[in-house]
Amino acid sequence: MKDLLRQKRLRHALILLFTLIIFAVPFLVTNNYYLSVLVIIGIHTIVVVGLCLLMGYAGQISLGHAAFYGLGAYTSGILTSTYNVSPWLAMLAGAVGTGIIAYLIGIPIFRLKEHYLALATLGLGLIIHVVLMEEVELTGGPSGLSKGIPYLSIGSLVFNNDFKYYFLVWILALLAVILANNVVHSRIGRALRSIHGSEFAAQSLGVDTGRHKLQVFALSAIYASVAGSLYAHYITFISPSPFGLMTSVQFVVMAVVGGLASIWGPILGVSVITVMAEGLKEFMPLLIPQAGGEYEIVVYGIILVVIMIFMPDGLTATLVKAYESWRYRKERPNETS
Amino acid sequence: MSLSSELLQYLLSGLTMGGIYALVALGFVIIHNVTGIINFAQGEFVMLGAMFMVTLVNAGVPAAGALVIAVILVMIVVGLIEIGAIRTARKASPITLIIITIGLSTAIKGIALLVWGTNPYKLEPFTKGGPIHIGGATIVPQSLWVIGTTVLVLALTFFIFEYTYWGKALRACVVNKFAARLMGINPQRMSLLAFVFSAALAALAGIVIAPITYVTYDMGLMLGLKGFVAAVLGGLSSTPGAVIGGLALGIIESMGAGLLSSGYKDGIAFIILLLVLFLKPGGIFGTSGTKRV
Amino acid sequence: MERLIKKRAILVIALILGLIAAGCGGAQEDTEKSSSAEPKEPYKIGAIFDISGPGSSLGVPERDTVNMIVDKINEDGGIDGHPIELIMLDNKSNETEAALAAKSLIQKDVLAIIGCSTSGTTLAMLEGIQQAEIPLVSAAASIRIVEPVNERKWVFKTAQSDSLVADKVAAYLKSQGLTKIAFASMNNAFGDSGKVEFEKAAAREGIEIVATEKFEQNDTIMTSQLTNIKKANPQAVLAWAIPPSASSFTTNYKQMGLTMPLIHSHGIGNKTFIELAGDAADGVVFPAGKLLVAEGLPNDDPQKQVLVEYATEFEAKYGPRNTFGGHAWDALQIVLSAVEKAGPDRAKIRDEIERTTNFVGISGVFNMSPEDHNGLGLDSMVMVKISGDQWEPVD
Repeated sequence: MKDLLRQKRLRHALILLFTLIIFAVPFLVTNNYYLSVLVIIGIHTIVVVGLCLLMGYAGQISLGHAAFYGLGAYTSGILTSTYNVSPWLAMLAGAVGTGIIAYLIGIPIFRLKEHYLALATLGLGLIIHVVLMEEVELTGGPSGLSKGIPYLSIGSLVFNNDFKYYFLVWILALLAVILANNVVHSRIGRALRSIHGSEFAAQSLGVDTGRHKLQVFALSAIYASVAGSLYAHYITFISPSPFGLMTSVQFVVMAVVGGLASIWGPILGVSVITVMAEGLKEFMPLLIPQAGGEYEIVVYGIILVVIMIFMPDGLTATLVKAYESWRYRKERPNETS
Repeated sequence: MSLSSELLQYLLSGLTMGGIYALVALGFVIIHNVTGIINFAQGEFVMLGAMFMVTLVNAGVPAAGALVIAVILVMIVVGLIEIGAIRTARKASPITLIIITIGLSTAIKGIALLVWGTNPYKLEPFTKGGPIHIGGATIVPQSLWVIGTTVLVLALTFFIFEYTYWGKALRACVVNKFAARLMGINPQRMSLLAFVFSAALAALAGIVIAPITYVTYDMGLMLGLKGFVAAVLGGLSSTPGAVIGGLALGIIESMGAGLLSSGYKDGIAFIILLLVLFLKPGGIFGTSGTKRV
Repeated sequence: MERLIKKRAILVIALILGLIAAGCGGAQEDTEKSSSAEPKEPYKIGAIFDISGPGSSLGVPERDTVNMIVDKINEDGGIDGHPIELIMLDNKSNETEAALAAKSLIQKDVLAIIGCSTSGTTLAMLEGIQQAEIPLVSAAASIRIVEPVNERKWVFKTAQSDSLVADKVAAYLKSQGLTKIAFASMNNAFGDSGKVEFEKAAAREGIEIVATEKFEQNDTIMTSQLTNIKKANPQAVLAWAIPPSASSFTTNYKQMGLTMPLIHSHGIGNKTFIELAGDAADGVVFPAGKLLVAEGLPNDDPQKQVLVEYATEFEAKYGPRNTFGGHAWDALQIVLSAVEKAGPDRAKIRDEIERTTNFVGISGVFNMSPEDHNGLGLDSMVMVKISGDQWEPVD
């Protein structure tokens, strides 16, 4: 019991610390480029938090999350630019719509297992992508939405620069993490983990595994959709290309690199992958002048492989292990010497 | 043009594409069967085979010799990759292993971009001669090579798995790794064997399809994706299933493009794929042997 | 086991370090070539191209061209003694990375940015560009990059707009008496934009489009699409794509025994198309910048000298010429000539770019204005016919 309490205190302390960091960073970082990288990290974090709930706690992989991300972006983009709907309303519409679509499509998809499920989500993603490409009247086709997407605003506060957008994105990302945290530690969360352990055992104990999985799938799709809306209002131009298979794969990579067993995994995974890609872009030319993306790609791939070989359970798991062994040694200093 | 010759044309195009997908799918199935890994770098192995072949032919090596050398080179590269990356991480979860193959595929693609650049390469068809006309439809001789190779490879795989010691050992690993080890079969060596064998198939596939598809550093992505789809469609564990899955995918795409909409071609293929999965959640050849497409 | 893993790790790390070291070794020779004269404050110019990923067939020659020009100018002592400091980034044909790359360059205080190679990546970074008030000259085609011009104060482009190309093709078809056309396009932004613009141009010229088909960027067998085209029985076929799919389309076309004239877009303005399509390319007609037929131009053509010079230099260093490198040439030279006139001031540079008149470039003679941020006319293109493996102007 005491241990449980301590864990809970630690969890809350971490969230508090994280909140403080979020609010301190933009006052320390004045470089606009770094801020914009952080904005993108925040947007991707929201998607990956949802994906982690699905993969880590419900044990279901999705290779189609970029499509939900795209649905959010396009709902926001189309409703605000073509139909002059308020951006917040459009974001809500995107989230609700994407959630419903995910839930409905999830019904047949979640009857599948393992690789078949992976393939079905991949197919779903591709079909949505094809629709974005082909419904030219609505989406602008492969060239993208032809009208500019307006900024988000609250009253007279317009989110029109990196500094303001940073706060918007990270407050939402924080809410996403807290909500996910609550889900994980709720009754549903326990049920979910039991699915991951053994679906059969969970079922025999009266857990409605199917419904819980669908709920988490829909929730993670909503996360992706909100992130998509944020992307659309940030870049103010969207085309189908950022919402294809490669982005879906990228989200899964981020989730796994961060580690699926902790709600902090997504933040760590997204940050490491994004900073690595951006950092390589900065530093490779210093090492090899005139080097294009070729070198970046090679080094990126190799680093990814090395991370996965040495930290197969992701970065958070490795950190937790390190922390535990440190505490173990601190508490029993005599035994080790 | 009459409807029947039109349909025949779609069918012939579909069989060619399907043969390509089937060859790639076979490699997926063999690795998955033995190691349980979905190898997302499979498409890159295909690309490497085609690239080595083109480079050798352009350097003046006769085609037959180039083919053998290219296949062996890819087997060596993949063997090293297996020892370096896959074996070191073999205790990791399946999803971690998948991410490792994704990382490998990214790195291989990047190296190919460094070595061969972005320009597509061309490989001459194996046999000279113009297209063949059958009942108002057209097919190029290289398509026959693709379909022929698919059949040959399927037969060869069947023979190896049924009648050779190594093939039986591989199958034993599939059935029960622990028991196989008790029988003196080393699963690690089997994993290496599976990777190298499937690399040979991939390289062969790359070489046979090169005259039709051209060779680019990024050709592996699409081939890997379609090959994966074909493999799962066929049940992921059956080699004839992979071939039929590949052919079915090719024909669906071709018919979809011809009869419905070329823009929605890939969408149509995936909708049919999802329907098949919903009706038969284990793939066409999932659990119950053969039959039904 | 542990030790084995560690050994492998060391091996992998050694490999990476080796790779990097090899690169450094090559690098040293370049950097130690600084001239003895005291250089003035360098002018920083940013460039973002689609160097890897699907746009790389455009981005790579653009990178090479820009490097070539900058090296040459710096060897000759820079602009008024100011060396050019080029910061080039690869957006990997990814829109999000393009937007970030723009912000990174802006943060590094570059005077102006050139790029990206494709319309999608360019459009994705416009927001940041407009806000930071930094001049951008894109090498991509879409007309939407510079229009509506009142919302694109800081944005210019050098490639011919698709609408211009479509007009050129439509006029050519009309002049040949070909009014029943089948249209096939690559299913991406390039093909889609071509389709939209050609439909408009065709309507103006009274050309009827009897079939429209699409194929994917990676498709290699297009016989299903061609069967439908054959069924529609057009007088000519217009394809809007880039290699390798443009080449596949052409070889399939000949294999299916189609004999009506095959017209392509400017997307096949490189030798790769001919190499891949082989004999099937013979007789294909397409619109292109004059670069491809530079040597065959009449001597009084204002562009001839610039074109031949660039082509010779590029081919000596990097292989066959192509029009994409030309777009980057124009973008960089227009920026540099504005910098030369305005000095290191973003706003003044922008104004100078907008005042560019009679600028003899590779893609044409540019006449920018507050209403036209592209500045090219129909005369910037010629119809080219492939004969054997050579380009010939069609008159």
